[in-house]
Amino acid sequence: MRETIAVLVENRFGVLARVVDLFSTRGFNIDSLNVAETMDPAVSRMTIVVQGDEAVLEQVRKQLSKLVDTTKVIRFFEGDHVEREMLLAKVSTQKRGRPELMEIARLCRADIVDVGETFLTLGFMGAKDEIARLLELLKPFQILEIARTGPAALGRGK
Amino acid sequence: MKPRSGAKVIIESFVQEAVDAVFGIPGGAVIDIFDELNKSPVNFYLTRHEQGAAHAADGYARATGKVGVCIATSGPGATNLVTGLATANMDSVPVVALTGQVPTSMIGNDAFQEAYTSGITRSITKHNYLVKDVNDLPRILKEAFLIAATGRPGPVAIDIPKDVQQALTSVPYPKEIEIRGYKPTVKGHLRQIRQVADAIKKAKKPVILAGGGVIASGAHKELHELATRARIPVTTTLMGLGTFPETDPLALKMLGMHGTAYANYAMVEADLIISVGARFDDRITGKLSEFAVNADIVHIDIDPTSIGKSVPVDIPVVGDARAVLRELLKILEPPRTAAWLKKIAKWKKEQPLAYKDDDALRPQYVIEQVCALTKGDAVITTEVGQNQMWAAQFYTYTKPRTFLSSGGLGTMGYGLPAAIGAQAGLPGATVVDIAGDGSIQMNIQELATACLNDLPVKVMILNNGYLGMVRQWQELFYAENYSFTCLRRGKDCPEDCDHSFENCPKRAIPDFVKLAEAYGAVGIRVTKKKDVVPAIKKALATKKPVIVDFIVEREENVYPMVPSGGSLKHMMGGMA
Ligand SMILES: Cc1ncc(C[n+]2csc(CCOP(=O)(O)OP(=O)(O)O)c2C)c(N)n1
Ligand SMILES: [Mg+2]
Repeated sequence: MRETIAVLVENRFGVLARVVDLFSTRGFNIDSLNVAETMDPAVSRMTIVVQGDEAVLEQVRKQLSKLVDTTKVIRFFEGDHVEREMLLAKVSTQKRGRPELMEIARLCRADIVDVGETFLTLGFMGAKDEIARLLELLKPFQILEIARTGPAALGRGK
Repeated sequence: MKPRSGAKVIIESFVQEAVDAVFGIPGGAVIDIFDELNKSPVNFYLTRHEQGAAHAADGYARATGKVGVCIATSGPGATNLVTGLATANMDSVPVVALTGQVPTSMIGNDAFQEAYTSGITRSITKHNYLVKDVNDLPRILKEAFLIAATGRPGPVAIDIPKDVQQALTSVPYPKEIEIRGYKPTVKGHLRQIRQVADAIKKAKKPVILAGGGVIASGAHKELHELATRARIPVTTTLMGLGTFPETDPLALKMLGMHGTAYANYAMVEADLIISVGARFDDRITGKLSEFAVNADIVHIDIDPTSIGKSVPVDIPVVGDARAVLRELLKILEPPRTAAWLKKIAKWKKEQPLAYKDDDALRPQYVIEQVCALTKGDAVITTEVGQNQMWAAQFYTYTKPRTFLSSGGLGTMGYGLPAAIGAQAGLPGATVVDIAGDGSIQMNIQELATACLNDLPVKVMILNNGYLGMVRQWQELFYAENYSFTCLRRGKDCPEDCDHSFENCPKRAIPDFVKLAEAYGAVGIRVTKKKDVVPAIKKALATKKPVIVDFIVEREENVYPMVPSGGSLKHMMGGMA
């Protein structure tokens, strides 16, 4: 099972290690994790995407809540939240040419954030499936390098 | 407030938190703390190894219910604490460990005696800190004592760089503290508690399973009232020994791998298990798929991560055992258990804990005599192995905080330093370490601490010349391949030693009697059954630390036994 969890934590050193430890001691690989300050600079928000056995994930969520440095653990379910991820992709213009790549960027609403003689770097924000689709479209151009942030997530409504 | 050094703030915290005993060893990175320590009212005990300090703080905490404190220097001092902290963590013991660290400017440079203590201790403490600014120190100390002692208790480690100990701060030591992310649930959910009461009312074969949480929350009186009013039998985990008087007809004593037959049968047949402050460790459940298949399970625990971790729970109640039981007692309606109790009484009669009562010097006999001669009133600590299980089985526990043993981690070498800590906290008590000849050597150096500080602990070594518990497993499950479990084996032993006593050179290294004397303690050797009682009497009457070296039956096994991973139904041995 794949699961997105948001954790509000004290913005202090050592906290990230503690959170990551809970996964790694159980032999879980974290698919993605991002951390940044919230409106309250003393509190950081982590968004963690992880795969694992349901019973073990439940144990990890409980352990996360138990950490002295966490103030809130939010578990997201399909459809109850929005997720957005950022992608940076450096794509070659050698194989299929710059105009075609620029056309793809325009159609997909990706930004061109860096221009080189033989490549363009696109910046794109979207949901997981949109990113997957864009990468699919870019493949024939030859993708030189990518960086992804992993999703940030917020609950819908309220 | 007048500025004072970090070191002074640490002493202030001891005074404010009413810490009356601290254990440890000085070194370069904590010399500033020690510079204040001998000018303070705090009783400091200089141990001979930091592991001893950590176990002593743990033993002090388990025996008194107060927070135990230990101090070690950076690097090797801190790494030596590790086993002690892990031991306290597994058994939920409130300990605050202070470690020195290299100056902040040098952290991460592989400085002399630098170890990444906060990283090393992270997974073996309830919480830990690295203090980077002396102005945070008062708050962190206050938080540490609070976190250690409340909720599910546990050890907290604070790593304090030398420059932070020296720097001045005028931040006062807080009287109260709020920790945003730390709010243990004390009161149980009333609807859940009502469900528990309903389940009890309907039960025909209920069993109470009491664990260490009952001791931590001080719920033994409430537990007693629950059991006696509802006429429900009580079994305890190793950590729960003493939560319910074993002299009571409702007592089933300990369950699990080396539990009584009747406790395990009761678990198998029960239709309701009310677990209070226990965590369903694999040593008590045996094979999970066959554990308590007939029963609904009520799980009362302050730690939500314990609930449902290994066994599925029907009625979870998150809360402090005492608070929850108090609510439960208000609405308790006793079930009809007469038939069930009759059945249990029959099991008790048919399969009591037993051993061969002949002329041989058997370890179980020694423990029964220790119990008789201390009138069941001693504080017992144990090492690990057979000695520990016999101590659990054959001493009759009637009060909480009288059985101190490394249950979760199974740390050999725990018993002697824990006894020292207990004795430091309870000067008037009789403190007895039931030891194995292997384990005792893991922290024997602490005999110096006991002798020099007039802590008259009694060490009863059940000397079988073996790493006995491992030998037992080799005998039963490894085709008697006694690979490196004989503590008497030497270079001159025959290759094909048949482990018969007659051919053994019988070297006993070390000679524990001489060893006791070398430390300034009293040493007594007992080789015959008839000398057991006089030796124990003499030990108890002696005002100094004593080692009694009982040369016991070498190949005695601990029974009954549920083989690891087996079902509680299938026990080996146990009949006389
Ligand atoms: C630190 C540590 N090392 C190893 C073990 C594994 N172990 C468990 S029981 C045991 C034998 C203990 O021997 P002894 O103290 O003589 O006790 P006995 O079983 O003979 O009573 C060993 C080696 C352990 N529990 N702890
Ligand atoms: Mg032994």
